[in-house]
Amino acid sequence: MSLDVAQAVGDEMGGQPEEPGAGRTAHDPYAAAGTVGSEEGTETVYTLAGGDWDEIANALSSGEGLSPEDRIVVNMGPQHPSTHGVLRLVVETEGETVTEVRCGIGFLHTGIEKNLEFRNWTQGCTFVTRMDYTTPFYQEVAYCLAVEKLLGVEEQVPERANVIRVLLMELNRIASHMVCIATGGMEMGALSAMIFGFRERELVLDIFEMITGLRMNHAFVRPGGVAQDLPPGAVDKIREFLALMPERMKDIEALCNENPIFKGRTEGVGFLDLTGCMALGITGPVLRATGLPHDLRKTQPYCGYENYEFDVVTWDTSDSYGRYRIRMDEVRQSLRIVEQCLDKLKPGPVMIEDRKIAWPAQLALGGDGMGNSLDHIRHIMGESMEALIHHFKLVTEGFHVPPGQVYVGIESPKGELGCHAVSDGGTRPYRVHFRDPSFNNLQAVSVMSEGGMIADLIVAVASIDPVMGGVDR
Amino acid sequence: MSESQNLPEPAAGSAPELPQPLAEQAAEVVSVRRGMFGGNGTSGDTSGYGRLVRSIEFPGQSPRPYGGYFDEVENELFGALDERDLAPERAIEKVVVYRDQLTFHVRREHLVAVARTLRDDPALRFELCLGVSGVHFPEDAGSELQILVPLLSITHNRRVHLAASCPDADPHIPSLTGVYPATDWHERETWDMFGIVFDGHPALTRILMPDDWPGHPQRKDYPLGGIPVEFKGAQIPAPDQRRSYR
Repeated sequence: MSLDVAQAVGDEMGGQPEEPGAGRTAHDPYAAAGTVGSEEGTETVYTLAGGDWDEIANALSSGEGLSPEDRIVVNMGPQHPSTHGVLRLVVETEGETVTEVRCGIGFLHTGIEKNLEFRNWTQGCTFVTRMDYTTPFYQEVAYCLAVEKLLGVEEQVPERANVIRVLLMELNRIASHMVCIATGGMEMGALSAMIFGFRERELVLDIFEMITGLRMNHAFVRPGGVAQDLPPGAVDKIREFLALMPERMKDIEALCNENPIFKGRTEGVGFLDLTGCMALGITGPVLRATGLPHDLRKTQPYCGYENYEFDVVTWDTSDSYGRYRIRMDEVRQSLRIVEQCLDKLKPGPVMIEDRKIAWPAQLALGGDGMGNSLDHIRHIMGESMEALIHHFKLVTEGFHVPPGQVYVGIESPKGELGCHAVSDGGTRPYRVHFRDPSFNNLQAVSVMSEGGMIADLIVAVASIDPVMGGVDR
Repeated sequence: MSESQNLPEPAAGSAPELPQPLAEQAAEVVSVRRGMFGGNGTSGDTSGYGRLVRSIEFPGQSPRPYGGYFDEVENELFGALDERDLAPERAIEKVVVYRDQLTFHVRREHLVAVARTLRDDPALRFELCLGVSGVHFPEDAGSELQILVPLLSITHNRRVHLAASCPDADPHIPSLTGVYPATDWHERETWDMFGIVFDGHPALTRILMPDDWPGHPQRKDYPLGGIPVEFKGAQIPAPDQRRSYR
């Protein structure tokens, strides 16, 4: 138990005629961050990191001249069930009121952007898909669009590949929003919402597993197209899902939409208006909850989004409840888009014609997941020496990308996901940076929660829907 | 906030002739590579390609017209800068249109003024700043560290990018937090990863790496680390030690 480090320091310094408070706060990393009230100089700041609340309360009340009403700084997380993974919240409280909150991130930093620089361009997909693990297809698409843009081959990506990309992205949006609602509900104590949300997400993951061989971390979208065509039966499975999902959504909506407890916890909580969103670069449902219909799929379409009919969902309350309603309605719009995708699926290639870019290894689903296509191996090993040379050269060397830098932004479920890719003309990325929406939007936690209750802080964080894999990369 | 804390204004007398922003410039050579593989001479590049020389050129100033809304944005920006008594050719090094993207390469001491103009001018109105991303070019003498700042105007549905650079010996770029508070964490990340000091940032501390971490991991001179992999008796070197194509 590490109660009152600052207090102990203060006691040691008791004999010295120092200015009260100055010596104590100087040793506390967060004490100087800000103070509340006028009696700034005489306050004692407690930093609490674990321990028993009873002991803390006793210590507070037994100390001479101390009052339990003193502010305390609570270190919430990084291992805390309500902070969305490994997010650390340094919360300064007065009673149950949050006076100041700062985020500590980086606990899931895995150096993906650095690792990328040591693999070839196509292998980059395998890395970026692991950033925000609830939206793997969005990173893959953003990355591939950036690479295609650097290559100047956006126009050559086949139509069918684009439809499959949109299809997977919109299914992914459903899965991501379901996780958001599930975990957000769980953090408020709405465990049924959690059960429903994860159940529905599982339906989407089953589809992903059927199409890509993996539930997450697919690396399925490749520069030039997608790794392989939809397997037989996939369209039927998606149609089943399209029929089932609206019914399933009613479960969640009946549970939450007009639930007085749910509304009481979320309405007016985590308020952030349009000005705040603009200043902090907030995009996605948080921005649309202020009433601004900003959606890159509409304003700057990519992958053929201009050919789909869907509405940009907005809400006008700028609070957590509005963000929840937006997510639910966006799931409905995504279902609409998925349905249109199925109608647009015309037979054709799913990888770019240019054999210098198209990754030659055709993959196939085997009993143990996705692996080499036996047909392709027969071709290169038994039929064509040139195909073998070509395969070998492309797989070991990769393709060269002309020098330059591009930035591509797409609309992920959480906001604008940007990919800044720099090439030095080599076969490996020189630098790839992801502007992850969670990373940026987490900056709004302080402005959303300060002055509210601790319980509302949890709701505010959940309404941003940060995924630490994306935040820390 | 003032836009140049530690940055010396280029002295009028000593500064070389400022390049005309509208004049077409040759591509910028950021690096020259030799050989085909990463062999360092001792291990021997036996491929016969050891004498290959390839210079890496980034696009220079683009010829006008740029096409699309780019010309309008440039005109508006240059006009607005003139109104603020900041000569465009002084603030802007070059304007690059590459792959349908408009990038203003801004001299770092004027970065904040240019960003503020882009945000506030009614004809420009780039309300959203989408972060700061660093790049390290160790061989590009004088501008080893570079940043890219993407901006988005929701009002006009346009994008531009700002680029700025600083030498490794003086890694200072003024902070944009006064104009776009959104760059707060992004600048901390760029400091963390590249060691670029953003002057004027309210609390420039590490954000992803631990506070006491030595070095800046995304720089090219920072090793990837990693250990050789044993695979059925053969040893495969760590990814950064492997032979690579150049």
